[in-house]
Amino acid sequence: MNPFRYERANDAQGAVATLARETNGAFLGGGTNLVDLMKLGVATPELLVDVARLPYDDIEELPGGGVRIGAAVKNSVLAANPLIRKRYPLLSRALLSGASGQLRNLATTGGNLLQRTRCLYFQDVTKPCNKRRPGSGCPAREGYHRNLAILGASEHCIATHPSDMAVAMIALDALVRVEGPSGERTIPLTEFYRLPGDTPQRDTVLEHGELITAVDVPALPFATRSTYEKVRDRASYAFALVSVAAALDVEGGTVRDVRLALGGVAHRPWRATRAEDVLRGAPANAETFAHAADAELAAAQPLRDNAFKVTLAKRVIARALTDLAERAQ
Amino acid sequence: MDVEITLRINGSARTLSVDTRTTLLDALRERLDLTGSKKGCDHGQCGACTVLIDGRRANSCLALAIAHQDAEITTIEGLADGERLHPMQASFIEHDAFQCGYCTPGQICSAVAMLREVEQGWPSWVTDDVAADRVTLDDDEIRERMSGNLCRCAAYANIVPAIAQVAAT
Repeated sequence: MNPFRYERANDAQGAVATLARETNGAFLGGGTNLVDLMKLGVATPELLVDVARLPYDDIEELPGGGVRIGAAVKNSVLAANPLIRKRYPLLSRALLSGASGQLRNLATTGGNLLQRTRCLYFQDVTKPCNKRRPGSGCPAREGYHRNLAILGASEHCIATHPSDMAVAMIALDALVRVEGPSGERTIPLTEFYRLPGDTPQRDTVLEHGELITAVDVPALPFATRSTYEKVRDRASYAFALVSVAAALDVEGGTVRDVRLALGGVAHRPWRATRAEDVLRGAPANAETFAHAADAELAAAQPLRDNAFKVTLAKRVIARALTDLAERAQ
Repeated sequence: MDVEITLRINGSARTLSVDTRTTLLDALRERLDLTGSKKGCDHGQCGACTVLIDGRRANSCLALAIAHQDAEITTIEGLADGERLHPMQASFIEHDAFQCGYCTPGQICSAVAMLREVEQGWPSWVTDDVAADRVTLDDDEIRERMSGNLCRCAAYANIVPAIAQVAAT
């Protein structure tokens, strides 16, 4: 691990100002991903600004029925919060599907959003990787990629975003609140993550020194009937091959409204807007669900070893929607 | 670069000079002679390093020592009451819940904190209704909740009943 200086921030403005002065620095939350990447030599910050104890550890109700989640709230605490479990069960389930009890106790909301891809080539400094060393190439295209992207990838990068939590949050139209060197701003999560294009080194639209302070989840009454389904190589404690976050509002056998997002398939948590468009106003039946899944996956460009994900994604979408529709009866 | 830090471990304050890169696990094992916590993978994947930070289980291999100075840290050495074993330690022995024993301190620390999570009504991935107030801790729940602790000897068949017995008392 490269040597680094450590500073503990007293407030957000101080944290932002401290990091803004050091171009090769990083905020430290729970450290579950960053410290690991530092051990691997993938991340080499010369300054860590510890923001884990800033006063952003509350989960509070917003006027209108939404919830504000502080950036320092631990993943385990968020998953167990009564408001989240009752209003947004898909978010609770997404969190509980990720990592382990030990890791969820360290990992923060802000850090979860900013975790890096688990693509093997990104994590191995002896290999080329356009995300880690721009311009060095992407061996994953020809190499090991059964876990990698089928949607929105580029010739430069086929990494997937590893977060489960973010998939549920993007389905819920969450907003990311940020404090930065030039003040505060709020970024819809749907616009927070980037597709790789020819600059895969950038995962998000955040600028250097910008600090996530909270995530706002708007009210969505029908999210009380929602779920998160995840398919992986083992029963627990593994990243998704495909995951689906879904909330479904059915009345009289017709889909009145829906939120749908996919994980494990793209460089960012994938909001399934094409499928949502097919679903709204259509009969809540197997035919509609299959049609919606086909519409979303029509743009898929799988590689040699991950074409199975296209079929898998369609089936997990159909299963999640079918389960939710049955619960509506 | 070296810095002086104070850690609160098993009820005692310990002051030491460490490089900022020192993990809590390395501080415990290499500097404080608390070698009960084990280094397995050193990447947060195996759970052998599990300790309690403010009563909650955590991977000490990914926790920087310098970042946990105001926390109460409990290691496997701090669970027993003098010569009287913690009920989870006694149950692991009674059920022969290990073979080589390398993962055992992490398993026990994890299990102790896991039962507190259950008492607080925390759901898990296999809980049918995450909104329910109470959890029924069956074997599937124990397996899911303990999935962050790997056992290379595969003593799981005895670990699960060892934990279930403590949960039932």
